[in-house]
Amino acid sequence: MMQFMLLFSRQGKLRLQKWYSAQPDKAKKKITRDLVATILTRKPKMCSFLEWRELKIVYKRYASLYFCCAIEQSDNELLTLEIIHRYVELLDKYFGSVCELDIIFNFEKAYFMLDELMLGGEVQETSKKNVLKAIAAQDLLQEDEAVEGALREIGLI
Amino acid sequence: MANAIKQVINEVAEKVKMPSTPTRLRDLIRQIRAARTAAEERAVVNKECAYIRASFREEDSQWRCRNVAKLLYIHMLGYPAHFGQLECLNLIASPRFTDKRIGYLGAMLLLDERQDIHVLITNSLKNDLNNPVQFIVGLALCTLGAIASPEMSRDLASEVERLLKSTNAYLRKKAALCAFRIIGKVPELMEMFLPATRSLISDKNHGVLITGVTLIIEMCERSPDTLIHFKKVVPSLVRILKNLIMAGYSPEHDVSGVSDPFLQVKILRLLRVLGHNDAEASEAMNDILAQVATNTETSKNVGNAILYETVLSIMHIKSESGLRVLAINILGRFLLNSDKNIRYVALNTLLRTVHADNSAVQRHRATILECLKDPDVSIKRRALELSFALINGSNIRAMMKELLAFLEKSDAEFKAQCSSGIVSATERFSPNRRWHIDTLLRVLIAAGNFLRDDVVSNTIQIISESTSLQGYAVGQLWRAVSCSSGSLQHDGQPGDLDLQGATLPISERQPLAQVASWCLGEYGDSLINGHTNANEQEEPVVAGEDEVVDFIQGILSSSQSTIITKQYALTALTKLSTRFSVTVGRIEDIVTRFGTHLNVELQQRGIEYAQLFTKHVALRPAIMERIPPMEHKSSQQGLTNGSSGGGGTLVSNGDDNMLMDDLSSFTTTSTSHSAPATKDSNSLLNLLGGLDNFDNGPSAPVFTNSKASTAPSTSNLDLLDLLGGLDLSGSTLSSAPISGPLMTTPTGSSTSSLVNNNLANLLSSPTTQMSAAVSNSSSFLIDGFLGTAPTPSPKLQNVTAYDKNGLKVDFSFDRPVDNPNLVIVTLTASSSYGSTLCDFLFQAAVPKTFQLQMMPASSTVINSGIPVTQVMRILNPTRAVLKMRIKLSFSRDGMTIQDQDEVKNLPSALWQ
Repeated sequence: MMQFMLLFSRQGKLRLQKWYSAQPDKAKKKITRDLVATILTRKPKMCSFLEWRELKIVYKRYASLYFCCAIEQSDNELLTLEIIHRYVELLDKYFGSVCELDIIFNFEKAYFMLDELMLGGEVQETSKKNVLKAIAAQDLLQEDEAVEGALREIGLI
Repeated sequence: MANAIKQVINEVAEKVKMPSTPTRLRDLIRQIRAARTAAEERAVVNKECAYIRASFREEDSQWRCRNVAKLLYIHMLGYPAHFGQLECLNLIASPRFTDKRIGYLGAMLLLDERQDIHVLITNSLKNDLNNPVQFIVGLALCTLGAIASPEMSRDLASEVERLLKSTNAYLRKKAALCAFRIIGKVPELMEMFLPATRSLISDKNHGVLITGVTLIIEMCERSPDTLIHFKKVVPSLVRILKNLIMAGYSPEHDVSGVSDPFLQVKILRLLRVLGHNDAEASEAMNDILAQVATNTETSKNVGNAILYETVLSIMHIKSESGLRVLAINILGRFLLNSDKNIRYVALNTLLRTVHADNSAVQRHRATILECLKDPDVSIKRRALELSFALINGSNIRAMMKELLAFLEKSDAEFKAQCSSGIVSATERFSPNRRWHIDTLLRVLIAAGNFLRDDVVSNTIQIISESTSLQGYAVGQLWRAVSCSSGSLQHDGQPGDLDLQGATLPISERQPLAQVASWCLGEYGDSLINGHTNANEQEEPVVAGEDEVVDFIQGILSSSQSTIITKQYALTALTKLSTRFSVTVGRIEDIVTRFGTHLNVELQQRGIEYAQLFTKHVALRPAIMERIPPMEHKSSQQGLTNGSSGGGGTLVSNGDDNMLMDDLSSFTTTSTSHSAPATKDSNSLLNLLGGLDNFDNGPSAPVFTNSKASTAPSTSNLDLLDLLGGLDLSGSTLSSAPISGPLMTTPTGSSTSSLVNNNLANLLSSPTTQMSAAVSNSSSFLIDGFLGTAPTPSPKLQNVTAYDKNGLKVDFSFDRPVDNPNLVIVTLTASSSYGSTLCDFLFQAAVPKTFQLQMMPASSTVINSGIPVTQVMRILNPTRAVLKMRIKLSFSRDGMTIQDQDEVKNLPSALWQ
């Protein structure tokens, strides 16, 4: 089971954090700080895995963003790279060639996407199409509500 | 004027009446990003937080969603946002989907299972789980899956179970993972999900399939009964897997030519769980595993991910031997892959399987050694560990050549690990003594100061044991130090030792200087006489007395020598005064000068040794006699079956302090026993008494000496008894290092404590002697016990006391028949992920009615495959129920890990 996922920039700024196991806030901050520092100092020719406490850390850099996951000993680190890649593909499809700024300004959308791909630290959907369909349908629900709200405001409903 | 006041009042009134629309999320993010300094950013955030708080207080529901979203962004920057928790709950309770979406997101980020507001959220979740809109149910399930606490799990399990049977695949898959989380929190709830779970794996939808398999894995790992229950799904799993690899291209689930790798990996994992230790189930999956292993496309990472999982499954089940070879070969191919991640995974997996399938892994030895040259440190480290695991009697020469080459070139962080590994490997597999000594010396030369202390003591131990090679060793050492100190040119032909790279100054090679000093002190005369060749054909290394004294003086006067090295050197020099003839005056001069040294330890030695040149000059030859060969191996065998690490490790615990402690305890006891008639046995007794204290001191500081407190007799008396027992059993050989030099003391001399002191010093000054003595004495204690226990009581079940953080500690028990109150616990600590653990320290505590005595551990370094053992004696006079708390500390890959635990599974047979 994935324990947590962190997205951070090359400058070490946290862009997204998803914790699948309960941790006190202080511990979360410490873990984040430690891992960001460790990963940023690793050289590009090093492999994408590190052993850290009882967990295996799998990370990969896409442009200016690092995607970092902590998985358990029994999990498959090569497949975790695929999960990260799948997430990036989904974001890319959704935003249309995604960049760091998309994730900064639409961080909630990035969370929504992750929540359709994974649940409780496990993969819940292996079809890209299904994930994007679910997100699109939910976005539509929100839009309908916005339109309805606007109409109500000007007294049409 | 009045107008101006009016205007201000109007403005304020307007602000109070109609709060302006709050900053949009987008604008806030822009403002924060525009901040140039941290202080500026803080100011923006604080201002916005103040505004958000105020608006929360006013219970403004129109902008609540926007405010919470902004707060979540602020939270991600690391600012406190707990005041938004209740607002999230309000949003969740709102009927609007937009509100719920942000509300649940906030709940997942700001709350977790440890919060108390759960009663509130449970209610909202329950409502939303019954909502007709599937996406609202989906949000609720997602949140439940992320933050479910045990109470929430109990309250909402029935809702989840209902959704698990829903006709909507979108909800079924989410419900399955919720059930997965719930079982993790409250395993008893597993029963209720069982019927619905079975049907999940006949689903067509891949999302439902993968979540269903995940749920079954969790159930099987939690309950052996459920594991048996699910054995019958093996054929269905095999069928699904077969369809995945045989079916043609399906665009929906394709990942670079592989059909749904996520699902394939999950199924392989479940097969592994189901086939573990089950021949029948394993038989049913052999074929499909072989198919996956041969049919998977390996050009991309995704194919290798599947192969990797397949290899793990093949290794874990009772698979055919042909399949296992196939698996190892896949890993062998991984090692040649250009992708470093795949190489890393292969090394890691080989490391885990090397003990089971050593011969299969051996075939990839060359590739593994090649990985030692990898630029990636993680890969290097794994390759190094694996190389050590592969060493055996037949390949040690070839392997050691590579490892020594690696040691010479490697960074500091590897030098310690590599050299300790080489030492323990040579100890086990050396083809002969000479090769062993050569290898150890090369390690000393190549590793410089980055050596663990055990290497020094081990080397001295080996040299001391090999009586025929002592001269050879001293010659080689002399060659090494004289070459590296640069003060002397060595002539004659190059010996067996390759001294290339030996250009570092001696200050960078303290361990080498220590070993050289010790050996010069003991066997320096052979260097003068030229008895330094191992056989007739070789040309001996010869040096003059002055050269040797020059060298030692160089160490003693150098500010870069450590205190420990100087201690070795000073003792060596004093010893040489009885072996050399023309330089005695010089030596006396140097030794006397140390009487004013700033370091207390060295000063005391200086004064004491100076006495041996003046007042007690007659004693010097006897006291400075050669130490008899240390019987290291035989003394270890009783304790650890000859495992590595050995006596030297204690030294690394103690340093100067314990030497001093020992001395002081020695002095006090020796003055209390003043009867001259029993002097010999007394001093021996005292020495052991001192050692006994010392023995308990550094390695187990929390324990009282149980012997002293149980019986009215003192510990010394106890030891005397033990010694009596030893004499009877006739193991005089192993007591030699202690009794040897002492017995040679002229009994007629004074009873002043000075002599005793000197004796103690003599024994304790070269630290290895001390450690040898200690390990001897500790094994005496144990030998004594074992000897007095004729037949152990019925075999007691071994228990695993600790298995976390890569360390596994097992207890095995023994209860001597003649003392039913005594339990002897032998703990075996091994490294479970195959990495090397250092600085291992084990402590235990028992209730007050018990008495606990800890023996020193066989080593502080746990190499993969070489467990460390330690003996505890527990005396239980009241036959109470035994409870034990343990505290462990060790370091792995440079990280220190500390942990405490209670050992709960102690067998009741221990006290009944």
